[in-house]
Amino acid sequence: MPSLENIADIIHTWLNITFNSTTALLIELVIVAVSAIGLFSMLGLILIMMERKVSAYMQVRLGPNRVGPKGMFQTVADTLKLMVKEGMTPNGADKFLFNLAPFIVMIVAMVILAPLAFAKNFQLWDLNIGILFVASVSSVSVIGILMAGWASNNKYSLLGAMRSGAQIVSYELSAGLSIITIVILTGSLKISTIIQSQSDGWWIFKGHIPALIAFVIFIIAVTAETNRAPFDLAEAESELTAGFHTEYSGMKFALFFLAEYVNIFIVCVLGATLFLGGWMPLHFGTDTRFNELMDYIPSSLWLFGKTFFLIFIIMWFRWTFPRLRIDQLLNLEWKYLLPISMFNLLLTTLMAIMGWHF
Amino acid sequence: MYRETDIVQDTSIEGDLIINVGPQHPSTHGVLHLVITLNGETIKKIEPHLGYIHRSIEKMCESLSYRQFIYVTSKMDYLSSHINNHGCALCIENGLQIEVPPRAQAIRVLMDELTRMASHQLWWGANAMDIGALTPFFHAFREREMINDIFEETCGTRLTMNYMVPGGVMADLHPNFQKRVKEFIPHFKSKIVEYDELLTDNIIFQNRTKGIGIISKEDAISYGCTGPVARGSGVYCDVRKLNPYEIYSQLKFDEIIETGGDCFARYMVRMREMKQSLSIIEQLIDVIPEGDFQAKTKAVLKLPKGEFYSQIETARGEFGVYIVSEGGTTPYRIKFRSPGFSNLSALDFMARGSKIGDLIAIMGSLDLVIPDIDR
Repeated sequence: MPSLENIADIIHTWLNITFNSTTALLIELVIVAVSAIGLFSMLGLILIMMERKVSAYMQVRLGPNRVGPKGMFQTVADTLKLMVKEGMTPNGADKFLFNLAPFIVMIVAMVILAPLAFAKNFQLWDLNIGILFVASVSSVSVIGILMAGWASNNKYSLLGAMRSGAQIVSYELSAGLSIITIVILTGSLKISTIIQSQSDGWWIFKGHIPALIAFVIFIIAVTAETNRAPFDLAEAESELTAGFHTEYSGMKFALFFLAEYVNIFIVCVLGATLFLGGWMPLHFGTDTRFNELMDYIPSSLWLFGKTFFLIFIIMWFRWTFPRLRIDQLLNLEWKYLLPISMFNLLLTTLMAIMGWHF
Repeated sequence: MYRETDIVQDTSIEGDLIINVGPQHPSTHGVLHLVITLNGETIKKIEPHLGYIHRSIEKMCESLSYRQFIYVTSKMDYLSSHINNHGCALCIENGLQIEVPPRAQAIRVLMDELTRMASHQLWWGANAMDIGALTPFFHAFREREMINDIFEETCGTRLTMNYMVPGGVMADLHPNFQKRVKEFIPHFKSKIVEYDELLTDNIIFQNRTKGIGIISKEDAISYGCTGPVARGSGVYCDVRKLNPYEIYSQLKFDEIIETGGDCFARYMVRMREMKQSLSIIEQLIDVIPEGDFQAKTKAVLKLPKGEFYSQIETARGEFGVYIVSEGGTTPYRIKFRSPGFSNLSALDFMARGSKIGDLIAIMGSLDLVIPDIDR
């Protein structure tokens, strides 16, 4: 089975032979854009279906089972419905910002895809500050949410946006600090280097307790950052009807919805990359037969397997826990997670300097 | 009826934010309209606006005969229609001095307790949903479905049963009734443990409910709170104990009292009440007396001239029926004392100074059924 790396190489070589280098580059850019959009919509379809089936399983019911085999085309049908719906703009809304907001949220989610490594040597842009790029671009999405809440001319939306602003800005600190833990251990911000450093063991195993703490904090923080329950205060269905996207309908709503799921995917890829070895297969010490067996599994499957495992955990949170209150949410961050992260950072630094990790 | 003027927009004081929660809102569970004055996220004032589903049931009852008006009351608190019917039947039986046969009394108590459990199960799910946990709702409905099936077999309907009539019950129990209830008892006993594991012991849930919406014993009494809301503040107000009707005086059960006065105390009252109801059903299900299910009554009932009052404990509190009779075939005047209305009146007191999220938790803990408030 050819790996994604081989396919990319074959296409690259063929294009360079057939066309001159400028045209080849342009065609490659188009291919990349199309596959990014394709991945985007596929993720939307798969993750929404997964969420509905997971929630149905937890809620002792069947979930969608009418459209297509086992209800697999339900999301497609829903998308079609959203496409033909009228995109309404409420009276008194700031029309420009109102229409711009969903695109900002979606573009941000798309841009973050760039430095992520989906398989061995399969990466759009391996820039040397990869992790920093992801962390900084992802914080732009809060602007989109604030914009949506402000421009809607709706008090519920405004409250949702206010909550979201406070929440995302706070939880970014913990997420950032737990990312830095791995950066310290690796010594690089480059994603390919971070993955390469885990070839002899994933950081969650190699990094002792500090990496474990960082992993737990990372999962909590990214759940909050993606506005998922139990931290879904920005949407808080039972309190603010739908929070910042109350007034959105049709495709504009769909973009918010899609961006939420793609954001979950992105943070889970990031979690898998940092703590679970990215596309690295699972290896156990010197058991060569086991290790070789694991190597047979394609690297892309490894990454997607780990990612979907993390996504499942985040979905599990959503369908189990009640929602926190806004002050409790901020208390959790500023009184518990942040001090723990800071302390953890010191511990990791000490560990890295003394060379205590494996 | 919706009018544009109902939606309050003006701010009286600079810096205050006025929000209309309802008439259509996911957590008012009906067409309740609350006008909230906010300062940031903090609630300064709550003003409930009622009347969206006012059907003038009390006035309608005046033109219906004593047998007919009972059926209208099923549509008031639709989650405890058995108990509403029962309350009205009690009032008429008081007036006419009708002796209800022991079998009918036992059936009534069984149905009341099943209703109480079904109502509390729905509340448990809805309360959890208000606080943000969506899964408990479906788990609660799984058990509630079994009770509804039991009702359907005997009464023919699942929600507005119209089963209690003056003098007894409308029909005898279905032959499957005892078997079905005996299947339900062990099932629910295992599931209520699950309820506790899923929600009661959850740290987030406890943080969201403990110390929220506190109402003291004195305030609960002065606001006229009854039922689990008052019992959560330590008020002894269970009509089944204070003024026993039917065969409650012969049954062994505890009046559940919690002293916290907060949302969690009210939650615990209802959770423990479900277990008490289950124990009442267990005591009774094997010893339902044989005999008539309905006393012999005249075709047309005429209450003697005078005033009659009876009270009954619904899942939400004390339900009172007050009938003024002029001796005719229809009541001259009728008034229902519904528990939800008095409980709602304490909402402003409970929620002032807390956050929007708390308001939803408090509303969930009051267990409001809007058609009961807005008759």
